[in-house]
Amino acid sequence: MCLSSVGKIISVKNGRALVDFNGVRKEVSAALKPQAKKGLYALVHAGFIIEIMAAKEAKKTIADINETQNF
Amino acid sequence: MKRKIFNSQRPATEAAAQRPFLSPSALRGEGRANSRNLPLNIMEVCGTHTNAIAKSGLKTLLAGRINFISGPGCPVCVSAQSDIDNMLALALKPGVITATFGDMLRVPGAKMSLKDAQTAGADVRIIYSPLQAVDIAQKNPNKKIIFLAVGFETTAPAAAAAVLAARKLKLKNFYVYTALKRVAPAVELILKEKNNIDGFLLPGNVSVITGLKEFDFISEKYAKPAAAAGFSAKEILAALAKLGKPKTQNAYAWVKAGGNKTALRLTAKVFTPAAGSWRGFGKIEQSALELKEEFAAFDAKKVFKIRAQKERKTKCRCALILKGKIPPQKCPYFARVCTPQKPLGPCMVSQEGACAAAYNNMG
Repeated sequence: MCLSSVGKIISVKNGRALVDFNGVRKEVSAALKPQAKKGLYALVHAGFIIEIMAAKEAKKTIADINETQNF
Repeated sequence: MKRKIFNSQRPATEAAAQRPFLSPSALRGEGRANSRNLPLNIMEVCGTHTNAIAKSGLKTLLAGRINFISGPGCPVCVSAQSDIDNMLALALKPGVITATFGDMLRVPGAKMSLKDAQTAGADVRIIYSPLQAVDIAQKNPNKKIIFLAVGFETTAPAAAAAVLAARKLKLKNFYVYTALKRVAPAVELILKEKNNIDGFLLPGNVSVITGLKEFDFISEKYAKPAAAAGFSAKEILAALAKLGKPKTQNAYAWVKAGGNKTALRLTAKVFTPAAGSWRGFGKIEQSALELKEEFAAFDAKKVFKIRAQKERKTKCRCALILKGKIPPQKCPYFARVCTPQKPLGPCMVSQEGACAAAYNNMG
């Protein structure tokens, strides 16, 4: 239930962010993280960005998660 | 207010502080000094960790050195049977559309599950975000939309945002049945009782919202180590390696000091901590998040006059499993009568449940 997904922020407009989750794009709310902006990576839960991160660090997180899922 | 329950500081005993904790060498099975009390009992308090630990093979690989115990980290699993029964009763009311996260659909109630209710004609819709429930309410002005808010601190801000959106839109047909809970009071209850837990893996995404201060009491008051963990095998190992000292530490890159302040503010605006019923634990003070009085018009419990009821006994042993008293395999129904296809209780329904994780990763 506390599952979250990491994706790249493509754009932010009027508190809504378009996020790319490994090729699947989805619009989510940026209300809980107003600092969200294009190019950053977002941790998304229940349709809301709950945290943001610079690309370099986030890419490492994504790689680790993909590794676990490929077991 | 929120921190008040942790105020009674108790100094760590010398003996507790000197217990051997986990070190990287212990993880590798090296060194006698570190391994004399192995296996260490490490409780993970997050259903996603339960699943990841089983799926990645860490549970098997570290057997003999670490005994992973699944704690109350799956919101569906810890929901009281009375809440499940109330949600079902509401879903079966005429003119109601129930909006729920998918995990709740097959949890058995007194007579049926939400899935059964759906088959019987009830309008039950799976949503991904609470804001979708607000959309459904806007599009169906002649129906009453009840959003089943089940989750921990990670989900509470999203539910709060939905309530505020409904108020802004002046919706008169949007209601929330809250079974939202706070993790820390349940962890503290476990620590207050006699236990054999050597350390905790803290829920990563809950910690992203609350920050780590919420869990400082684990080390400060009870002299146990705790680390917020991510969800990949590497991140979980990194968190385990931090359990060397009785400190509350972070091993999840997304957790920032102080948590997500906007999310915490939103939760505090809409919800207030109250006593809440947990499966296996009973009533825990300050552990539930109920709607504040100013949002009473959105509170399904108040609008539909839900009365408190006694917890109904079920065959399911979820309660013992959630407290770490028995592993799923010790339940007499596990994999015999109770399977993911025909679950007796929520721990086998939810993908994050300890029983489902154990069943799905049986060798």
